[in-house]
Amino acid sequence: MTTVNLLKYSFSFCLYFLIQVFILKDLVLFGYSFCFLYVFFLLSLPHEVPTISLLLIGFFLGLFIDMFYDSFGIHAASTVFLAFLRNSWIKAIIPTGGYDDNVPPTLLNMGLAWYILYCLPLILIHHLIFFYIDSLGTDLYLPLVIRVFSSMAFTFLLGAIVQAIFYKKERVV
Amino acid sequence: MQQIFLFLYRLRAFILFLILELLALGIIFTHNSPQGAVYFNSSNKFTGRLLSSKNNFVSYFTLYSTNKALAEKNASLLNRLDRMTPVADSAYFALDSTLSNNYNFWSARVINNSINLSQNFITLDKGKVDGVVEGMGVFNEQGIIGRVKGTSNHFSSVISLLHTDLLISSKIKATEVFGSIKWDGINSSEAKLLYVPRHVMVEPGQEIVTSGYNAVFPEGIPVGKVKEVSYGNETNYLDITISLGADFSKLNFVYLVKNDLREEMDSLEIEMVNPNQ
Repeated sequence: MTTVNLLKYSFSFCLYFLIQVFILKDLVLFGYSFCFLYVFFLLSLPHEVPTISLLLIGFFLGLFIDMFYDSFGIHAASTVFLAFLRNSWIKAIIPTGGYDDNVPPTLLNMGLAWYILYCLPLILIHHLIFFYIDSLGTDLYLPLVIRVFSSMAFTFLLGAIVQAIFYKKERVV
Repeated sequence: MQQIFLFLYRLRAFILFLILELLALGIIFTHNSPQGAVYFNSSNKFTGRLLSSKNNFVSYFTLYSTNKALAEKNASLLNRLDRMTPVADSAYFALDSTLSNNYNFWSARVINNSINLSQNFITLDKGKVDGVVEGMGVFNEQGIIGRVKGTSNHFSSVISLLHTDLLISSKIKATEVFGSIKWDGINSSEAKLLYVPRHVMVEPGQEIVTSGYNAVFPEGIPVGKVKEVSYGNETNYLDITISLGADFSKLNFVYLVKNDLREEMDSLEIEMVNPNQ
């Protein structure tokens, strides 16, 4: 990874983090639909990034978010899980022709169909773990299911919009 | 031997994953125990500073409703003060001097709050330096809010009433029947009143106040009103839903209360339960 890229990703790490804890934390639609936009930071890292680095980045990102959400490790646990699965999932859904080097897996680079297939299952697992651990004190399943799916839709929608607006197309066709 | 190291090296990502995941789960479960550490919450210095400057900015938007609530509280306090001030020219004896100065009050500002999870916490901008200690009760003019869980020098973190593990001893004001308030994790404006026996007559609209039994809150702080009463699945108790007085989505200024006699009360109760110790 070049220095420019490193700076770029550090900057976007801070931006995702600040937006998550200062704006999106207070934005919960209908009391059920949360937006955990910060997972898109992990999802848009280049696919050459090894799983070890992803795990460490995910753990600390989750832990920082936890401090502000007062959720004590729940974000960290679910984000580490997502980080662990990400590279294997990228390998599993390899498109015909494979991936180009130095092309990060973003919406405009990979196309909508592939992007949905890439993001939705990972976001679903992340949210499922998060809300499951959060709901351990209760015995309610319906609110859990509503929360997981409505939050998944909200997170993905906002993430896709951010991708479409702020990420450049880098693939050489 | 080399084979083993090679094997471990190939599994390094998975091993790191296990370590980090266990670490995260460890943080989750140590925190949920009553003696849990409070390092990773929003009452530490770094997070507290940031949240408090954010709140400085955001609180301007709720100034009107905050002022209105404070003015109402002032008016009700003035009313009570008027009633309790002794007449100047008569001999005055403070008969219940054993109980006076029992409770001390502070005010604080909410700088972080959540209502939509199942385990919600609140952060306040007062900490150890201001005299906040673990176990103090938190309420506002509308009703009770929660209990202090941990403190740092300048901030403290509070278990919200909207936390499925918090029980608050309360009673129905009209009939003096007591029970425990517990949030069921569904709606941020409703909670359950537990352990009220079936033979008790409870009617919607009756006021619920704190009972003063657990020595965290003084007696008579409002909690909410009975909304619905039904015979639930429990064989011995009524299923009572109450609507909470406090609007948790708009918390701004709150009061902290500390019972100076709490330790004495607790140690006496422990002695009675375990006479040998």
